[in-house]
Amino acid sequence: MNRTYELMFIVRPDMAEEDQDKLISTLESAVTSFGGRVKSIERMGKRRLAYTVRKFQDGIYVLLTAEGSGGLMHELERRLRVSEPVIKFLTVRIDEEQKRLDKIKAIRAAKRKTSSTPAAAEAAGETPAATA
Amino acid sequence: MTEETRAPAGSTTEAVATPERPERAERPERAERVDRGERRPGRSSPGAGGGREGGARKFFRRKKVCKFCVEKIEAINYKDVRLLQQFVAESGKIVPRRLTGVCTPHQRRLSSAIKQARNIALLPFAGRA
Repeated sequence: MNRTYELMFIVRPDMAEEDQDKLISTLESAVTSFGGRVKSIERMGKRRLAYTVRKFQDGIYVLLTAEGSGGLMHELERRLRVSEPVIKFLTVRIDEEQKRLDKIKAIRAAKRKTSSTPAAAEAAGETPAATA
Repeated sequence: MTEETRAPAGSTTEAVATPERPERAERPERAERVDRGERRPGRSSPGAGGGREGGARKFFRRKKVCKFCVEKIEAINYKDVRLLQQFVAESGKIVPRRLTGVCTPHQRRLSSAIKQARNIALLPFAGRA
């Protein structure tokens, strides 16, 4: 049972690049060891926080998208909770929402097709007549 | 006897109920009056209600429409701070549907997205930090 999760976390703003890399790579290895798959990692850069978190006004946002089971996310969350530079994190399951969006997209595409087909049929009907 | 006791009881409940009202009206910053006018005379009556701009309120009220339905925005994501900010008051509160015109299903998604954004410090819980 594979699910897609989005894990956004904030690390303290004074964290060095190398340390971030290290943290991210450990998370990645954790994902793979739990039979999951890392889909993408996006560093969103430094951002101002909307409120103070552990006396920090800014934070470096990192977004990790992974596929795996609930147990994997449990483990990732535990690691983030333990790791000192991470000041906040949020896990969101996104596969169901993505499914819904795809469905809507498909419906819209189908509608567009049905509305455009009569015109296409007319054009197709005309061209043979013209050639004949 | 019973009638006597009943009557004062009724009046006290009224007395309790009435002072609450003005308090409520004061709290929302902007368009409480607009809402009052809108709810009573129904949707399409042109005589009453008011637009957000004030001014020509008595004569014309534009019907509010759901932004998400009109612009066909289906993905309401907590990362999209720009979008969410339009539906958050200065105080950090989620603006009610009756003021923004967002339809119920979209408001539901919107509010959950705002709450997620609050959790990850993209939006404030209260006030502008």
